[in-house]
Amino acid sequence: METINAAQEEIVEEFSLFDDWMQRYEYMIELGKSLPLIDPQYKTDDNIIKGCQSKVWVHADLEDKKLVFTADSDAIITKGIIAILIRVFSNQHPDAILDADTSFIDKIGLKEHLSPTRANGLVSMIKQLKMYAIAFKTQLN
Amino acid sequence: MNVTKIRKDFPVLNREVNGRPLVYFDNAATSQTPTQVINTIVDYYENYNANIHRGVHALSQEATDAYEGARQKIQKHFNAAHPYEVIFTSGTTHAINIISSGYAELLKEGDELIVSALEHHSNIVPWQMLCQKTGALLKVIPMNEDGVLIMDAYDELLSDRTKLVFVNHVSNALGTVNPIEEIINKAHAVGAEVLIDGAQASPHIKADVQALNVDYYVTSAHKICGPTGIGVLYGKEAALNRLPPYQGGGEMIAEVTFEKTTYADLPHKFEAGTPNIAGGIAFGAALDYVNAIGMENIAKYEAELLTYATLALKQIPGLKVYGVAPEKTAVISFNVEGIHPYDIGSILDKLGIAVRTGHHCAQPIMDFYKIPGTVRASFSFYNTFQEIDAMVDAVKKAVQMLQ
Repeated sequence: METINAAQEEIVEEFSLFDDWMQRYEYMIELGKSLPLIDPQYKTDDNIIKGCQSKVWVHADLEDKKLVFTADSDAIITKGIIAILIRVFSNQHPDAILDADTSFIDKIGLKEHLSPTRANGLVSMIKQLKMYAIAFKTQLN
Repeated sequence: MNVTKIRKDFPVLNREVNGRPLVYFDNAATSQTPTQVINTIVDYYENYNANIHRGVHALSQEATDAYEGARQKIQKHFNAAHPYEVIFTSGTTHAINIISSGYAELLKEGDELIVSALEHHSNIVPWQMLCQKTGALLKVIPMNEDGVLIMDAYDELLSDRTKLVFVNHVSNALGTVNPIEEIINKAHAVGAEVLIDGAQASPHIKADVQALNVDYYVTSAHKICGPTGIGVLYGKEAALNRLPPYQGGGEMIAEVTFEKTTYADLPHKFEAGTPNIAGGIAFGAALDYVNAIGMENIAKYEAELLTYATLALKQIPGLKVYGVAPEKTAVISFNVEGIHPYDIGSILDKLGIAVRTGHHCAQPIMDFYKIPGTVRASFSFYNTFQEIDAMVDAVKKAVQMLQ
C-alpha cells in the first residue's frame, strides 16, 4: 500500500499535465465519478459534513487496522474534491491520516478551495476525515 | 442614461478576475461604490475626522454638520416628516433588532406577529427570539409557486391580536415586489404596526414613507452604492417614542446620576456611542449620486436588463427561473436541471462572473421549492447587456462541463 505522501505526489503529477483551470476542473469532475460511493443506509443527516454549501456525506469503516472511506455529494465539483481527499486518505492507518500534511491541494491548483470561509468546505472535509481517524484510533488502542 | 460614463465612476469594474474582465452580478448582496462616495470617506479622514455633537472645536462642528446633513439627505430621499425620525444604524439587521428588542417590552402572551414566507433570515430570527421571550405567536403569510404572497391568507391571519406585521418591500432571493401599501393599510385597520424591510428595494425603488404611511422602514447603505456598516431605521415619531432604548451609553442620555438616567430625545435615544460618522456622510453622498442619475431612470434601465437576461437564460435547455412575479426588481434566481447551483457558481467565478449561490439567507423559500439553493444574478444600473451575454455564455459552458 502506498503512503499518503506517494498518493499525493501521484495526484500532483496527474494535475501537472493540464495547462488551464478548465482541464483541471474537468479532470476533477472525472475523478468524482470514481469516488467509492457511500452505502445509502449511511447517507443520513448525521453523516453530512457541516460548513459546505453543497451536501457531502462521509462514512468510514475500519478494515485490517486501516480506515476505508466512502462518500457522496449532491454537487459535482464537491464530489471531485472529496474523491481526491479519499484517494489520499483511504486505506491508511489512523496515525498516518492524523499526521498527514495537505499542502498538495495548493499544488494542484485548487488553492481557492482552501480558504476556511469558502462555502464548499474543503477544510471541513479534511477536518471530518481526521475526526474519523481520531475516533478509530481510540478503538485500536 | 449614459452607462459608459457611469461605469467610469466605479474603479472596481475595471479589474480582472481569474484573468477575465470582472462581471459583477452580486449587487443584491453588496453594490459597488462610486468614486464620488469613496472620496467623501477620504475627505472626512483627511480633513475633519472628529467626534460629533460634543466638541466645541471646529473639526467637531464640521463633522457634526456633515453627519447631520447626511441625515437630512436621507430624510428627504425617503420623505420622512422630520430628520429626527431617521436613526442611523449599522445596517438593516441592527435596525430590525432595535425594533424587535423594543417590542419585547410591548408584547404579552397570546399577541400575534405576522411575517411573510419571502423573508430574509434577518427578518425571521429576531422575531422568533422575541416570541420565545414573550409568548407571542408568529404567523406566516404563505406564497404561491410564482413567488407571490397569497393576500387572501393574509386577510385571514389579521385580527385584533395582531400587534406587528413585518414584510420585505422586495424579496432578496426572488426579487418579488410585495404589495406593501395593501399590507400596511390592512394591518392598520386592525390596529397593528408595520415594519417594512427595504434593503432590497432601496437600490431600485424610492419609498415615500409618508405616502406609504408605514410605521418603520429600514435599509442598508451598501445596497445603494454606499459603504458597509451603515444603515437606517426610519420610524414615525410616535412609534419611536413608544419603543424603549436599545443600548445604553454615551450620546443617548439627557442626564445621568447613579440613581437615575433620563434618555435623550430622538434620534439620539437610539444612537448610543460614537457612530460610524464617515459611513453616515458617505451614505448621504450615495443618495446624492443615485438621485443625480434619477431613481426612475435606474429602475427603467434595470427592468430592460432583467427582461433581456430572463429571455436569454430561458433559451438554455433545462434552465428554470424561480420567482416570476409580475412585479420584480432586477434579480434572477435560477437552476439548471440536474446541476447543483454551487457547481454553476464555481465555474462562473472561474470565468470572472460574480453571482451568488446558495439559499440566500432565505431557507424557507428554498424549502418551498424543495431545492438546495439557486444561482442568483442581480443587476445594477452600471451593468450592461454585453455583460449579460458573457454570463449566458458562461452558464452554457458550465452546463457543458457539468452535465
